[in-house]
Amino acid sequence: MNAALSQTLIAAEEVSKEFHIPHGLWRRLTGQPRLAVHALNGVSFQINRGETLGIVGESGCGKSTLARCLVRLFDCDDGRVRFEGEDIADLKGADRRAFNRRVQMIFQDPYSSLNPRMRVREILGEALAVHKMRPRAQIPARIAELLDLVRLPSDAADKFPHEFSGGQRQRIGIARALAVEPDVLVADELVSALDVSVQAQVVNLLLQLQEQLNLTVVFVAHDLRLVRHISHRVAVMYLGKIVEIGPTEALFSAPRHPYTKALLDAAPELDPTKRTRTVAARGELPSPINLPKGCLFNTRCPHAFDRCFAERPLLSDRTPAHKAACHLTDFGAPSLQNLEAIS
Amino acid sequence: MIPALEVRNLTTSFRTQNGWVKAVDNVGFEVMPGEVVGLVGESGSGKSVTLHSILRLVHAPGTVAGSVKWQGRDLLTMPERELRKVRGGEIAMIFQEPMTALNPVLPVGIQIEENLSAHTALDGRQRAARARELMDLVGIPEAARRLKDYPHQFSGGMRQRVMIAIALASGPKLLLADEPTTALDVTIQDQILKLILDLRDELQMGVVLVTHDLGVVAATCDRMAVMYAGRIVETGSVVDVFAEPHHAYTRGLLGSVPRGGAGRTLLLSIEGTPPGLASIPPGCSFNPRCTFATDICRKETPMLAEFAPGRLVACHHHREVAAAGSPVV
Repeated sequence: MNAALSQTLIAAEEVSKEFHIPHGLWRRLTGQPRLAVHALNGVSFQINRGETLGIVGESGCGKSTLARCLVRLFDCDDGRVRFEGEDIADLKGADRRAFNRRVQMIFQDPYSSLNPRMRVREILGEALAVHKMRPRAQIPARIAELLDLVRLPSDAADKFPHEFSGGQRQRIGIARALAVEPDVLVADELVSALDVSVQAQVVNLLLQLQEQLNLTVVFVAHDLRLVRHISHRVAVMYLGKIVEIGPTEALFSAPRHPYTKALLDAAPELDPTKRTRTVAARGELPSPINLPKGCLFNTRCPHAFDRCFAERPLLSDRTPAHKAACHLTDFGAPSLQNLEAIS
Repeated sequence: MIPALEVRNLTTSFRTQNGWVKAVDNVGFEVMPGEVVGLVGESGSGKSVTLHSILRLVHAPGTVAGSVKWQGRDLLTMPERELRKVRGGEIAMIFQEPMTALNPVLPVGIQIEENLSAHTALDGRQRAARARELMDLVGIPEAARRLKDYPHQFSGGMRQRVMIAIALASGPKLLLADEPTTALDVTIQDQILKLILDLRDELQMGVVLVTHDLGVVAATCDRMAVMYAGRIVETGSVVDVFAEPHHAYTRGLLGSVPRGGAGRTLLLSIEGTPPGLASIPPGCSFNPRCTFATDICRKETPMLAEFAPGRLVACHHHREVAAAGSPVV
């Protein structure tokens, strides 16, 4: 990786986010504390310029909340997100507008994220006008350029969102994000609402656009195969914490956290000759209101021992680029015998 | 071996503003006892309607034609009284969204007992005991206490287990599963699929599994049928179809799924989108999206024909498609 690629663009530092549950009358009268969903519990990582960082996890792990914190749709309760070194919570006025322009989000549901009463021309034109990207006279030409970029026909500009299929709508969402010439795209479950054959089209488009426009992409998804395909680095989340982060192939071929391993084993293999009948992970996600003590995964982990119930493991280096949060520091490490066999 | 279920020429039509449309068009397949058959396709391909048609769950103005042979009797012409014994009894069904399929105002124990009283001769006490056994069988912890819980008190995976418990109450010989794991997380999906396979082994029941996920098919099914625009375009054993797809659509679907080790390369995608049922193109319905299409594909609809034992395909150029190789090998 060259120097330009490894430059940190966005850094999350101990980001935490809680959502309070309405304080019911009974709980209030009996003097019980107010309950909260702990969506993010101290998340730290860096995103380098030009890379694709995949964020995976099951529903309720906080990955969408994290995506919203990165673009400041949510303010973090604790910790901070830095963009080019500056805390985004402190940005005001013109700086904040510049940040909003440079970091764009694409949403999951192409049916609810486009205004049904605006034509595509108005949707794209609004983005261009708000950020004063082009003089008024040049806007129609720019809209045509954008539609071409996402491979939509030029007559699409005068249609309403309902006239398009799901895949085409997601392209409109991408065009709207790209209209303001951003540096970073945060894509939250970009293709999960689409059919398999259409998913592949949108993924191909994203890969091509990233090369062409030198974008940094944060790709949030639950589909492991997709994240593996598209990401340079992957972060695995569980109950609002990153349990493992590292280069894609290293993480997928030798996971260093039991949860990552369970997640990979649970994803069905696309090869019918490689079947297993053992269940990858037992039990279910604990409630994010009452987090388990110690390691968050201890309720389901087959390797848990005393220390896992007492002390929460920190994210620590396995190799310089690969971190995991597990007390079993040699979990998944190539054993000495294997090393001998290789050499 | 005699097939447990034999579907022949099944055609389901619905009346719309633009006239009659065929959601399922001349579909035929069979299920052997103890066999898991996967019906694969994208949204709108008719896979769920096929399942609903088998149990006559399609209501007017929809019409179902063809035959569905179940142990020598035709489900489509059988009197309603007899059908009620088969439906939910010998043939059970589970649905995609357990929250909408379960009754939200009844405890799950009562919902299991409902099926027991409809299809078995057990008395009240035996039913309560059997309900607890079923909850144990599908792996719900603290079964006795949870029988009194309502569906909203269960997680998504546990609700799907409750649905399976209800389905199994009558001791079915065939389970129709309509996207049973689509709404679930991958670790829970893994648990539910393995549960279905274990139950299949234990109870020797056949399973028809409708899904859009080829990974699920690869991991659980014995045979598969690929559907496109209401028709079956290819069938065969899962191993054979993955190793050598003979239909361009099957090949495209397999290529659309990312595989490990080919990071950040372009996927073999299928251009365009599936056709609406009201505007299915003439000839082969896949021809506008097909890279192998020639003139004959635009004129003549290919018939599903056997080209090797147990392998059927509906494509004029299936040899060329097979020669192009499987994208997953």
